Amino acid sequence: MAKRPFLIPGVDKRLLIKDSIKTMPDLARRRFIAGGASLGALTLLTGCDVIDSSSAETMLAKVSKFNDAVQAWMFNPDALAPTFPESAITKPFPFNAYYDLDDAPDIAAADWKLEVRGLVDNKKSWTLEELYKLPQVTQITRHICVEGWSAIGSWTGTPLRDFLKLIGADTRAQYVWFQCADKDGYNSPLDMRSALHPQTQMTFKYANEILPRAYGFPMKIRVPTKLGFKNPKYVISMEVTNDYKGGYWEDQGYNSFSGS
Amino acid sequence: MASLTVTDDQVGANTKAKVVQPAWVRVMHWINALAMILMILSGWQIYNASPLFDFRFPREYTLGGWLGGGLLWHFAAMWLLMINGLAYLVTGIATGRFRKKLLPITASGVLHDVRAALTFKLGHDDLTVYKYVQRLLYAGILVVAILIVLSGLAMWKPVQLYYLVMLFGDYPAARYVHFFCMAAICAFLVVHVLLALLVPKSLRAMIIGR
Repeated sequence: MAKRPFLIPGVDKRLLIKDSIKTMPDLARRRFIAGGASLGALTLLTGCDVIDSSSAETMLAKVSKFNDAVQAWMFNPDALAPTFPESAITKPFPFNAYYDLDDAPDIAAADWKLEVRGLVDNKKSWTLEELYKLPQVTQITRHICVEGWSAIGSWTGTPLRDFLKLIGADTRAQYVWFQCADKDGYNSPLDMRSALHPQTQMTFKYANEILPRAYGFPMKIRVPTKLGFKNPKYVISMEVTNDYKGGYWEDQGYNSFSGS
Repeated sequence: MASLTVTDDQVGANTKAKVVQPAWVRVMHWINALAMILMILSGWQIYNASPLFDFRFPREYTLGGWLGGGLLWHFAAMWLLMINGLAYLVTGIATGRFRKKLLPITASGVLHDVRAALTFKLGHDDLTVYKYVQRLLYAGILVVAILIVLSGLAMWKPVQLYYLVMLFGDYPAARYVHFFCMAAICAFLVVHVLLALLVPKSLRAMIIGR
C-alpha cells in the first residue's frame, strides 16, 4: 500500500493538491487536466482513488488514445465535409487564437519560405510565388471549433495531397507535422489519411482574397474533417514523419485525432 | 365479512417482499447515475468555453478544470454511458420489462394520477406497479436519453456521421438539441431524486432490490 510514499501523514491530500495548484503558473494549471482541482470532481469522487490527480490523468490519457484509434477506424477517406453556398458564409468570420490579433504573426511575403522536411524526395523550400502557381480549388465548408462554436467560410488553395505527390512524399508515413510562425511555436500533427483527404488544403485565400493576417497569412492548412485547432495558420514548415511529435494543444490534453 | 375482501393495499402488503428492482436494473441504474453526473459536469465545462446563452455554469460545478480536461472526461464517460445505456435498452426490451412496467400510458391514467398526487391521495403501496405519471416520465426520459446520445454523436462526428447531423438540421441545431436534452435530464433528476427521498422505500428497492 506504499503506493504514494511522498504523502505526509495527517495532511489532507486534496487540500494539498488544491494549495499547490494555486502556486502553479497559469499554463501549468491548465495542463493540470485531471480536474482533481475542481470542486465538482472533489465532491463527486471523494474517497475514490481516481481523485488522485496522476491516476485520473493517466486513465483519461489512455481513453483519449483509445478514442484516437476509434476515430481513425471511423474515418472514411471518401466522406466529404458538407459544402455550402456563398450565401451561407459567416460574416464576419471569427478570428480565434490563444493570442490577440495584434500579437498574430506579421509575415512579409518576400521573407517567407515553406520548408519541407522528412520523408520526401524533394526537400527544396517553396516561395509564396512558386506556391501560388500551383492549381487551386475553392471550397466553402464549416469550421468547427473545439470550444463548440462553428462558422462557415470560403477557402481557396492547393489540395495538400497534390502537393505531397509533387514533392514525392512517402504517403505511407504516419504524419505530416506542421510548424507555425507564432512566438510560442504552434505546431500540430496531421495523420496521413487526413492529410490525403481530397478536401485537405494548403490555403492561400479566404473569400477569394489573399489570406489576411487574421486567418493565417501566408498559408493555412484547412482540414474540414478536423476541429479548428488542427487547422494550423502561419505555417512555416511541414515534415513527413513516422514519429508522433505532439502539438501545441495536443500536448495540453486536447484529443490528438480530433476528427469530425 | 370485511376480512375476506381483498383490497389493493393488502395485495401490496402481501407482495411487499418480492423483488421490485432486479439486480441488472440496480447495477445499470447506478452505473448510469455515475456516468450521467460525469457527463453533465464535464458538459457544463465544455459549454462554458462557448456558451449558447447569456450565462455560464459556476466553475465549482464543472469537471475537468479547463476545456481540455472537460473534454477528456466527457469523451471518457461517454463510453460508460453509451455501453451501459445500450445494455439497459436491450435488456429492457428483451426481458419485456419496458412493456410490462411502462405500458400502457393513457391520458386519463396520467390525469388521474396527477389529480391524486395534488390531493395527496396517490398511494405508494406497490412499488412494482408504476403510476401513470411515473410511466410517462420514465418513457419520456428514455426518449430524451436517445436524443442526447444521437445529438452528441452528431456533434462529435459531423462529417463521418453526417446523416445524424441532417436529422437535427445542422451542426448548431444539434448543439441546441444536446443542451435542451441535458436541461430535461437535469429537471428529471430534481424530480426523481426528490420523489425517491419522499418515498424512501423506493430508494431502498433500488439499492437492495426489495
